[in-house]
Amino acid sequence: MQLIFSMKNKIILLPALGLFVLSITTGCADVKEYQKNKINDAEMQLNARKVEKTELNFQSYREGASGANAGKIGGGCGCN
Amino acid sequence: MKKICLTVVGLYFWLLSAFAQQYNVDTSSYKNQNLKLDEVNLVSGYFNQNGDHSAVTGGIGTQKLNDVSNVLELKFVKQNEQNNKYTWDLEAGYDHHTAASQAYVNPLGTSRAWGTRFYPSLNWQLEKANGFNFGVGTSLSTEVNYHSFGLDFSVGKTSKNKNTDINFKGQAYFDKVVLIEPTEFVPKPVESSPSTYTTASGNIVTSGGKIIKVRIPRTPRNTFAGSLTLSQIVSKNFQVALIAEGVAQNGYLGLPFHRVYFTDGSEKIEYLPSTRFKLPLGIRMNYFLGDKIILRSYYRYYTDDWGIKAHTASLEVPYKVSPFVSVSPFYRYYIQTASSYFAPYEQHKSSDTYYTSNYNLSAFTSQFYGINVRITPEKGVFNIPFFNMIDLRYGHYTQTTGLQANNIGINLRFK
Repeated sequence: MQLIFSMKNKIILLPALGLFVLSITTGCADVKEYQKNKINDAEMQLNARKVEKTELNFQSYREGASGANAGKIGGGCGCN
Repeated sequence: MKKICLTVVGLYFWLLSAFAQQYNVDTSSYKNQNLKLDEVNLVSGYFNQNGDHSAVTGGIGTQKLNDVSNVLELKFVKQNEQNNKYTWDLEAGYDHHTAASQAYVNPLGTSRAWGTRFYPSLNWQLEKANGFNFGVGTSLSTEVNYHSFGLDFSVGKTSKNKNTDINFKGQAYFDKVVLIEPTEFVPKPVESSPSTYTTASGNIVTSGGKIIKVRIPRTPRNTFAGSLTLSQIVSKNFQVALIAEGVAQNGYLGLPFHRVYFTDGSEKIEYLPSTRFKLPLGIRMNYFLGDKIILRSYYRYYTDDWGIKAHTASLEVPYKVSPFVSVSPFYRYYIQTASSYFAPYEQHKSSDTYYTSNYNLSAFTSQFYGINVRITPEKGVFNIPFFNMIDLRYGHYTQTTGLQANNIGINLRFK
């Protein structure tokens, strides 16, 4: 656990993430509409499935972390 | 429970008839630009869990819970002559749960052990032909001990070649926590007939059976969030989304019926800071491998000012059995550190400023695995043309705290 959250790892991870983002945004192919049959496949959608709604709810209620799911961040108690 | 099942069955039949009519209309007025019902989704779920660390009883005691949820979503669409698309999204959800720990708001275990939640929402969105989009929405959520009112807006832009999309979403929730405290903390009414117990909704039942309705005070909890999402098509079979979110909360952030027991044997209600800032950063990467396999991956780093740091990683691998059926095993791993304010049963010192024995804030790892089956027949499910998808999903969840859970969900889509 200590190893995962150590400052040393953060120092390595953050620039690596930055480089990754840079490589994605600069190294992209210009994909034409007629080439998007795989990208447009329903299973390739970048958001969570609608059927995942209930499991995202229970995970946010049972765990300390939540968010970054492009969904709602509030609205219910999850008290029990 | 029977009522809920019958309501859901009734809704299914209503949908079938609604789309049967619309299907006929569409064939005769193909170019109609009027507002029309474009898509209906029914999402139903069943969740159960069991564990031995309920916060109601100070970090010990049953966490047994069952929850049935149903959400109906109606999507209306209108397109004008400039190719601007307007979408109205109307959603209503209804949950019913039974929670064994809830009975112990009264230490004798006689409080009401069930509850319901109703949560409607309405969203409006404009997608312009030039790639610009803007949306606003509102939501409500109400249950016996918690009420929420939400507002949100979003603004975004898609690039000319439709390969890059950037979107900002702002959300605000103005919630009220009903201060239902464990019975032993509720001041006893001064009356000739002494009270026997207080219900979970705060009413007092006297020994003579008389119910004294008590107006329980409420206290605010506000949540404000901003999230920025960048989606990028990298190649013909690879796309990525980066999500950065900031969430600020203030108000009453604990729960009034969570007990804490101290090393000296004393007992108090959990007490947490009145502000919290959360920072989740996520990345989704989807890759089409060959012709039949897709890799759906997700990673999230999370940190907040209560001392929790967490990593979430998940991988789902849809396998296309045919163009219309996919089977997707999935696995999710989660790890978090404990909040500075957490300690188990009878581990807090009475001198602590903040204290909770809610195991959601403890250090643990969790695993969630299961399978998703999606069916989208060419001629519609059961040969009904507008009934075009069934998504069925089951998952088993385990935490190192001992919590075990099962979740099953189904999404029926009519389009």
